Amino acid sequence: MSTLTRHRQSTPTRPQQSTRPASKLPLLLIVPATLILLGALGYPLGWQLLTSLQKYGLAQQFGQPPEWVGLDNYIQIVTDPTVWTVVIRSIAFCLICAFATVLIGGLMALLMQSVGGAARATLQIALLLAWAMPVVATMTVWIWIVDWRRGLLNWTLDKFGVDALGHNWLASPTSFFIIAGAIVVWMSVPFVALSLSAALTQISGEVLEAAQLDGAGTLQRVRYIIMPLVAPVLSIVLLLQIVWDLRVFTQIKFLQDAGGVASETDLLGTYIYRLGTGSGDFGSAAALSVLMLVLTVLVSFPYVRSLLKEES
Amino acid sequence: MNRRIIVRSVLTVIALLLAVLWAAPVYWMLNSAFLDKFTLTSTTPTFLPFGGSLDNFAAVVGDPRFVRALTVSLAVTLITVTVAIIFAFLGALAISRFKFRGRTSFVLALLLIQMLPAEGMFIAQYKMLSNLNLLNDILGLTFLYTAAVIPFTIWMLRGFVAGVPADLEEAAMVDGLSRFQAFRKITFPLLAPGLVASGVYAFLQCWNEFTIALVTMTEERYRTLPLWLRGFIQASQNREIDWGQVMAASTLVAVPVIIFFLLVQSRMSSGLVGGAVKG
Repeated sequence: MSTLTRHRQSTPTRPQQSTRPASKLPLLLIVPATLILLGALGYPLGWQLLTSLQKYGLAQQFGQPPEWVGLDNYIQIVTDPTVWTVVIRSIAFCLICAFATVLIGGLMALLMQSVGGAARATLQIALLLAWAMPVVATMTVWIWIVDWRRGLLNWTLDKFGVDALGHNWLASPTSFFIIAGAIVVWMSVPFVALSLSAALTQISGEVLEAAQLDGAGTLQRVRYIIMPLVAPVLSIVLLLQIVWDLRVFTQIKFLQDAGGVASETDLLGTYIYRLGTGSGDFGSAAALSVLMLVLTVLVSFPYVRSLLKEES
Repeated sequence: MNRRIIVRSVLTVIALLLAVLWAAPVYWMLNSAFLDKFTLTSTTPTFLPFGGSLDNFAAVVGDPRFVRALTVSLAVTLITVTVAIIFAFLGALAISRFKFRGRTSFVLALLLIQMLPAEGMFIAQYKMLSNLNLLNDILGLTFLYTAAVIPFTIWMLRGFVAGVPADLEEAAMVDGLSRFQAFRKITFPLLAPGLVASGVYAFLQCWNEFTIALVTMTEERYRTLPLWLRGFIQASQNREIDWGQVMAASTLVAVPVIIFFLLVQSRMSSGLVGGAVKG
């Protein structure tokens, strides 16, 4: 190491590698990744855009050439009340879950700051365990917990005096989505709570103490010191949560398999899936997929831009 | 002063209750996995696995369908991780060591792709693999998975590559090593932890993935582990389900994930996108 340093000092005029004149090397280096991305994502994306402008149903599946219909598929989906129901339901579900997750996660992060080390460590371990669970395992456990015959949930509610024994939560759409929302929040809170807690620990205790000495109450400290410092992390976490809660395909699919009525509990992902694989209406499925992608890109753009800025 | 102590104890109790609430489902999975069918069909839950056995695990492991799903999952995961790490490493090298035309667009594309939901593309990907005759084919799924994990892997590795000063490599070259030797002897060992962390990330993504697998692996013998787990839930509609076995199966899928996740969690969450692991 010392030899290396000496040599470096002795050759101060040597140009930095990063400022070397443009060569073909970096372009060669990104070729493999680019090819894979173009093949597995770019091509389907292009196909999807074209197909969304075509009539592409079962007949085309069996070899009939697709017919160009312009924006017909888009017009069809925006005038279809079922699609509207699904879209509004998805957005509502997404926003409710995302805000609930960030609220609960934020409160938990504050809580972790104000309890002793042992309690904080216990909560952190519990959150890490929940975070580490694969989605599919999470879903099977929760389905077992909410099982109407012998699930833990109904038994516990019964012990607390709620007459829930034998109640099937997945049978009605409203309680289906309450259960789905609870599961989604349960699995998303750890990321939010731990990220925000990490951000909170960055705030110096001295500043808070000084504010307290100056007479600032808890609420004032939260509002004028903690919030401004945590706000950037908070907004990124909320944005990511919104993007992720828009794609809850696995969770909804599992709950539908466990007894939810599919047609009344579809969100965007499961609806596109049924359009494409079930009824073979690729044109509409493609148009709806394009809308879903556009929605995601719009929501996530501020985040991507901030990452990009940070990067350069 | 007294009031502060009361407030603090109340907060501690709340924190512990929340810990129980978040750990309970994980515990419930493990607990039920050890209990037999008769204990589980009782209307009163059994909270501790006393008198439990490994029978459920034995039944699951002995099932050829599990072995088949495990084989498919392992094959897809290992190929994806290997290919993705190599390609991502080259990409990370390019964006962290060089300034070149199109660099910003490349990074922008990576970040945007990272945000795209699988549900927004899976019908098109299904159609493509079907045209290529790659449905129900490990190669087809591997292809899609590699593309799915590469953006974040490049992003993650970029940090590690940037952490190794280029000067160090140059200095070694001045000392008489060739570029390749300098890379192999100086840079590579310093990068190893980063490669491991990104590899584990890619592993977790593939191992847990459900959506794309559901669309492309339609035949039972090509099921990955997540699809195999779903099979239990699907079956529950038609017949009485043996929850002990389902929980044993879930435990088998979850335990390697939990171990690997805890190993690399701190590294991944350092760059906020870390949570993307659970996408």
